[in-house]
Formats: sequence, C-alpha cells, structure tokens
Amino acid sequence: MQAARLAAYDIACRRGDRVLVRALSFELKAGEALHLAGPNGIGKSSVIRILAGLLRPAWGHVERAGALALCDERPALDAHQPLGEALAFWQRIDGGEQPRADFGLEDLREVPVGYLSTGQRKRAALARLAASPAKVWLLDEPLNGLDTHWGAAAQAAIEAHRAVGGIAVIASHQPLELQRLRTISLLEHLP
Amino acid sequence: MRTGAALRAIFVRDLSILLKGALGRGGAVLPLLFFLAVAMLFPFAVGPDARLLARTGAGVIWVAALLAAILPLDRLVEPDVEAGFFDQWALRGLAEEGVLAVRIVAHWLSFGVPLMLAAPISAGLLSLSRAQLVTIEQGLLLGTPGLAAIGVTIAALTAGLRAGSALGGMLAIPLAVPLLIFGAGSLQPGGEGGLALLAASSLAALAIAPFAGGAAIRAGRE
Repeated sequence: MQAARLAAYDIACRRGDRVLVRALSFELKAGEALHLAGPNGIGKSSVIRILAGLLRPAWGHVERAGALALCDERPALDAHQPLGEALAFWQRIDGGEQPRADFGLEDLREVPVGYLSTGQRKRAALARLAASPAKVWLLDEPLNGLDTHWGAAAQAAIEAHRAVGGIAVIASHQPLELQRLRTISLLEHLP
Repeated sequence: MRTGAALRAIFVRDLSILLKGALGRGGAVLPLLFFLAVAMLFPFAVGPDARLLARTGAGVIWVAALLAAILPLDRLVEPDVEAGFFDQWALRGLAEEGVLAVRIVAHWLSFGVPLMLAAPISAGLLSLSRAQLVTIEQGLLLGTPGLAAIGVTIAALTAGLRAGSALGGMLAIPLAVPLLIFGAGSLQPGGEGGLALLAASSLAALAIAPFAGGAAIRAGRE
C-alpha cells in the first residue's frame, strides 16, 4: 500500500477580493502531524478546505497520496436520525471497519442527532473520522465544544492514527499536546 | 466496488427522507395533496359543466403536476449542502454527478409515482374519459422524470442562496414549459406525437441535469 503523503507548494488562499494566506508550503509524510495556528478569521478553515480539494487555491498546488477524511464544523449527520443510524450511514459508505477510538457514544446511539449537544456531535464526527479507512485526516477546530477529558481523547485518537502511518492536519486556535508536532502560524503567512 | 455500495446507501437515505419527510422536508404527501387539491378546486371555480371540464381538465392536471413538482424544491438539495454531506461525499471521491443522478431517481419515485397514482382520482374529479386518463398516465410516466431532473438541477443551483426557494420556482417554471406543452398537447385530438416529444424533452433534461447540478454545487463552494 502506498504511503500517505500530503504536500502544499506555495499555496495562496483568496476569499472574495481578500487574500487571506500566501506562500504556505509544507510536506507531511506518514506519521507526521501539522498544527495550523492563528486567531479566528485568519484563513485556517479555508486552508483546510484547500487541502481537502474543496476549494481551489488562488496560487500553488497541493499533492495528496492516500484517502482524505475531513472533520469540520458541519458533522453531516441527519438531525432526525438516531446517532447510531446516522453513523451507520457513513459506515456503509466508508466500509465496515471497527472504530479505532472510543468517544463514549454507546449510550447515545438511540438519541436523535438533533438532540445532541455541541460536544456530543463533535465526538460523533470524530468517531466517524476514526472509523474511516482514510490515511490523511484534516481536522478543523477538533477541540471546539469538547471538555478536557474528550479533548484529550481526541488528541489520543490522532496519536493512534499517526502511530499506524496516518497524517493529521489540525487547524485550531487552541494549543495542542501532540508529540513531534509541527506548527505553522498563519500569522506568518499574511499577504 | 465501493462506489456502488456508497451510491446504494445514498439512494436508500434519499428515498427515506424524500418519502417520509424529515429535516423540514415535507415528504411525498405534500405535493400529492397539492396535486389533488387543484383538481378538486378547479370544478368549483369553473362550474360543474362536464363537457367544459373534460376539455380543459387534462391541461389542469398538467399544470397541477408542474406546480406540485416545484413545491419540494427548496428542501431537495440545500439541507445536505448546509450539513456538509456533499463535502464529505466529495472527499470520498463520489462525484456530485453520481449523487445527483441518484437523487433524481429518488425524487422521481417520491413525487412522480405518487402523482401517477393520484391521477385517476384527479381524472374522476375533472370528469375525464378513460382514454384521456390513459394518455395522461403515459404522459406523466414520460414527463415526470424530466420534471424531477429539472427540479434537482434548480435545487442544486439555488442551494445556499438566501431567497433560494422563491428563486427556484421562478427558474424551474420556464424550463418545465416544454414538458407542459407536450404533455398537455398529447391530449389534444391528433396530438399523439406529443408523447414522443415529451419523452425527448424528458431525456434531454435527464441527460443534462446531473452535470449542471454538479457544476452548480462545486461552484457554490467557492
């Protein structure tokens, strides 16, 4: 199986008339993690969407090897469905792999997604990410809404993913406690 | 093949949401009631003259079908764009075109088929003859897939726009006019060729819809 890889070459991001980020380059190999840091509105989410291929960079290009998985503010879970079924929908698409991390969702499987709290919904999105076979994880503010316990669990899941050759890019304004973490502050990439 | 399994899962989800109605989507019942309500109200408005009804009724059924198709437009694609479903599908390498083709089928099953089932009731209310009803059913069978395709395209185009629902109706009506003309025209004396033209318009709409809708969703991300 091909080793995962994610590289950005001199990418610039423009939203409307405004250039948010310029000259951003990095290369991640299997097992590596990158923290995109910076205050709100600096373009972290847009960079994540460029890496995911959902936005076109205004300049530069991205190279990807390995399947991508994205965990952002929109969990893509049907609000009227019980959590178990909403997650099962994605499991049917991703393949029936067992979740590799526990996000304490067992008791919530019967609860409709619409009734879940922000943190519970975030845990569900992370659980889907952890169950997907994708090697490259793109996380947009994964710690938002999580308490310290589940915040630590989320970071442990990222570490476990890296240990099996995965890549993680984490956009977060919060500090992360991951081993051998590269950090790029987008403040250094202002136009 | 994973794509096949994924599209099957998406189809099952689409169909259950579109039929039962959830996430603020009305389900299959609302367009159906609307369709029947028009057929019920029309005789009240023009009077119970059976000959007049029989002459105009078929056209009324087609207008009702067209308007019923527009009814669910704003909830057809928009909630899934909003909730991030299309982004997640795109990341998994599922083309928007495939997802939308599946949605056209599910949408047709949830609105076209119920309309065909309700057409005999409408025909009774409008005192249409059996021969006219048969032509109407044939026309609906050929025309509603086109209406579904146009509906999904417009829903994809207007997803994420603030006045999307109002705009959607305005955009869908002119596109659906050929279907209306050929569908109602097939009921005129000597209008049998209308069914062939109706099928042709439907096929053209079906062929274009997934690509136009897919491009619209991708453009909406920018």
